[in-house]
Amino acid sequence: MVHWSAEEKQLIAGLWAKVNVEECGAEALARLLIVYPWTQRFFASFGNLSGPTAIVGNPKVRAHGKKVLTSFGDAIKNLDNLKVTYSKLSELHCDKLHVDPENFRLLGDILIIVLAAHFTKDFTPTCQATWQKLVGVVAHALAHKYH
Amino acid sequence: MLTSEDKKLIQHVWGRLSGCEEEVGADALWRMFHAYPPTKTYFPHFDLSPGSDQIRSHGKKVVAALGTAIKNIDSLSQALSELSNLHAYNLRVDPPRFSLQFLSQCLQVVLAVRLGKEYTPEMHSAVDKFMSAVAAVLAEKYR
Repeated sequence: MVHWSAEEKQLIAGLWAKVNVEECGAEALARLLIVYPWTQRFFASFGNLSGPTAIVGNPKVRAHGKKVLTSFGDAIKNLDNLKVTYSKLSELHCDKLHVDPENFRLLGDILIIVLAAHFTKDFTPTCQATWQKLVGVVAHALAHKYH
Repeated sequence: MLTSEDKKLIQHVWGRLSGCEEEVGADALWRMFHAYPPTKTYFPHFDLSPGSDQIRSHGKKVVAALGTAIKNIDSLSQALSELSNLHAYNLRVDPPRFSLQFLSQCLQVVLAVRLGKEYTPEMHSAVDKFMSAVAAVLAEKYR
């Protein structure tokens, strides 16, 4: 089980309280599709993904980004119980969605960059280190039920 | 593959860093050591405390090397040939594919912190592609 210090929990909760889940989620997913275009393979039904402008403006991308980051919020509420919390989601990503877990790492790193651009100086090295640990652990939990 | 648009964006980003190379490099390295502690294993001879002179000067070196790469973006293999040798035969850092990934992430975080909204998805994409290209060249001679 992953150990979280009081400081780490504070850095996570403190930043999360200021995150606009809809905006950050939309931006993170859009950037995933732009920076790593092969990830578009999972979103064939999303319509126009022809370029950065189209992707950023795509309402399905925005909505799904919000969904993904809202789910991330569940992880934050259940830091000490992540594998169980994400058990069904993990099965879904493996059995129905067929997503390579490497993509979770990519999205995690992108989320970090979105947060950095948003919070600038407040996104200190210690803050980044804690959040890199968090996205790593979340990615791991999501991959846990793969078989 | 770096498009001409990518190259323009990279040059633009680098231009914005002019004068702050040491700070940017040091910040990126510090963040890398903090977020990815195993990367410290390559610097047992360094003082890794905050504000360390060695981190500052090494950060400056790294950013300068990237700057050279950008100036020679159409002939990366040639421009980075010496560095490629160094990484393969002397430093033997685990294939740059992995380490550069951590440095790339931290460098991008530094860029995002400094540029905020100006670090657009297009810029993000161009820098990410560039760092991948650099990593590939540095790993060329590994075996």
